[in-house]
Amino acid sequence: MNAVAQGVRDGSIVTWRNLVGMKRVPDALIGMTVQPIMFVVLFALVFAGSLGGDTYREFLIGGIFAQTVAFNVFFTTIGMANDLGKGVLDRFRSLPMSRLAVVLGRTTADLGVGVITLVVMSLSGLVVGWRIRGSLLDAIAGYALLLLFSFAMSWIGVFVGLIARNVEVAQSVGLIWLFPLTFLSSAFVSIQGFPGWLQPVGEWNPVSAVAGACRQLFGNPTQLPGFEVSTAWPAQHAVLYAVLSSVGIIAVFLPLAVIRYRRVASK
Amino acid sequence: MTEAAVRAEGLVKSFGKTKALDGVDLEIPAGTILGLLGPNGAGKTTMVRVLTTLLRPDAGRAWVAGHEVAAEPQAVRRSIGLSGQYAAVDENLTGYENLYLVGRLYGFGRRKARERSRELLDRFRLDEAADRPAKGYSGGMRRRLDLAGALVAQPPVVVLDEPTTGLDPRGRLDTWAMISELVTDGATVLLTTQYLEEADQLADSIVVIDKGRAIARGTADELKARIGGERLQLIVTQPEQLARATAILAEVGSGPPVVDEGVRRLAVPVEGGTKALVEALRRFDAEGIEVQDVASSRPTLDDVFLALTGHAAETSETEEDK
Repeated sequence: MNAVAQGVRDGSIVTWRNLVGMKRVPDALIGMTVQPIMFVVLFALVFAGSLGGDTYREFLIGGIFAQTVAFNVFFTTIGMANDLGKGVLDRFRSLPMSRLAVVLGRTTADLGVGVITLVVMSLSGLVVGWRIRGSLLDAIAGYALLLLFSFAMSWIGVFVGLIARNVEVAQSVGLIWLFPLTFLSSAFVSIQGFPGWLQPVGEWNPVSAVAGACRQLFGNPTQLPGFEVSTAWPAQHAVLYAVLSSVGIIAVFLPLAVIRYRRVASK
Repeated sequence: MTEAAVRAEGLVKSFGKTKALDGVDLEIPAGTILGLLGPNGAGKTTMVRVLTTLLRPDAGRAWVAGHEVAAEPQAVRRSIGLSGQYAAVDENLTGYENLYLVGRLYGFGRRKARERSRELLDRFRLDEAADRPAKGYSGGMRRRLDLAGALVAQPPVVVLDEPTTGLDPRGRLDTWAMISELVTDGATVLLTTQYLEEADQLADSIVVIDKGRAIARGTADELKARIGGERLQLIVTQPEQLARATAILAEVGSGPPVVDEGVRRLAVPVEGGTKALVEALRRFDAEGIEVQDVASSRPTLDDVFLALTGHAAETSETEEDK
C-alpha cells in the first residue's frame, strides 16, 4: 500500500473514531450548532432594521455562513489539543499506522461538523426570510465551496491545536484570532465603511471572498444599499479567489500540521 | 540478527541537562520476560519510548524483532504491542470499539478486527462491559483493556510500562497471570516496574536502572545473592538492652549487625539459617534480653536496591519525563 492510500485508509478509521466520540459527547457539537442560530437571529433582528431591512438579511446569510465555517476551526483546535493530552496518542504512535492519519482524521471528522452547522444555518436563514434565488447547480456549488473552506480552515485549526498543546491554551489562543479574521471582512458590513487603510485587508481576506461567493451563488445581494459594488480583484472574482485561497491554506497548513504533529508527538 | 528479540546498545537520551538514559545496554532472549526495575525518574519510561519508536535516542542503537528502531520504525511498530503506564484508552469509545480501532490500525480487515476484539474482551473478562463507553470503567478494567490493546495483533514483542501501577492487589495478581500467559504463548516481554516483588515474580532476568544507567543485571536470585544470604531480624523490648543484643548478634552473625534504635530493631546476615536463629535466641534468653519479634528472611529486592544505589527504591525527587 502506498503512503497516500494508507494515509487515507487510516485517516478514515481515525475519522470514525472522532465521529463516535462526538456522538457520545455531543456538548461541544450542540454549542457549535446553537452559535450560528444565535448569530443569524441576532444579526437579522438587531442590525437589519438599521442596515437595510430585507436586503441586509439576504446579504447577511452569506457572511454568517462564511463566518461560522471559519469559527468551526475552534472546534478542531480544541479537539486536537484534547487528543494531545491523552494516552491514546501514544497508542496511535506505537501502531504501524500512517503518520498522516491522526491529523487527517481530525479535519475530516470536523468536516462532518461543518455539514451539520450548514444545515442548521440554512434552516435558520430560511426562518428569517433568506432564500436561494439562483440556480440549484449554483447553490450546490455554494455549499461545496463552504465545505472546501471549512476543510481548509481545519488545517489551521489542527496546527494551532498542536502548538497550544493543551486544552486551556487552545481555548484562548484558538478563538482570539478568529474575531479579527471574520470581522475584518465583508461578512457583516460593507468593506467600504472601513477606514481606507484597512480596506485592502478586508478585500483580500478569504472570508470576504467566501461570503461574496456565497452571495453570488445563492443569488443574494452582494453589496449593501448605499455602497458601490466593489471593484477590487478578489471581490470581482470572489468564487475563484475563495477556491484559490482555500487550496492555498491547505497547501501551507497541511504539511505544517503533519510536521508539527510528528514533532509534538515525539516528545 | 541473533535470537535476541530485543537488543539495545549504548542508548543515550537527554532532556535538556538531564540524562534520562546514559548508555544503557539490554538484551532480551526471545520468549522470556525482562524486568526493567528502577525508581521513578530512573529512565524506565524513556527506555520504553525509545524501544517502541516513540522517541529517538541521541546515541546508541536498538533492534526489536530483528528491525532497527531508528531505520525501520514501521516494521518495529508491526512487531510490538505497547501498554503504557497511563492507560491509553479512548474514554468515549466502548471497550469493543477501542480494540476494533487498534485492530484496524494494525491493518486488519473489518471482520478480523471484529473477531479479534471479541476474543480479547472475553479473555480479559470485559465481555459484559464490552459495549459500554470506557469512561465508566474502573481503573482495573481500563488497565485490562489497555493490555488487551497491546495484544490485538499478537505481536512477538510486548512492552508493558508499569502495568500494575495503581492497581489493587487483586488486579495486580490478575495482571501477573496474564503476563505469564503471554510468554507461554511465545511472546517476548519487556516489563518496567518499580515494584521489586513484581520483577521477582515475573521476570526471567532483571536489569536494575538508576539515573539512566544499568547498575545491575541478573536473575532475581543472582541479585539477592550479591548482598549475601539470609538475614536475621530481631526487635528487642527494652532499648537499654540494644547494646548487649548487638554484641551477641555480632558474634552469631556472619557480618556486622545493623541497628535501628528508633524501633529497637537489629538485623544481621547469617549463615546456616535456623541454627543461627536458635543460637541467638538461646543467648538472648541466657542474658535476660526480651525479644518482641523475630524473623529470618531472604533479602528482598528492596535490600538489593538499597545496597546497589545507596538509596531506597521508592525515593523520587523528579517525576519521570513524559
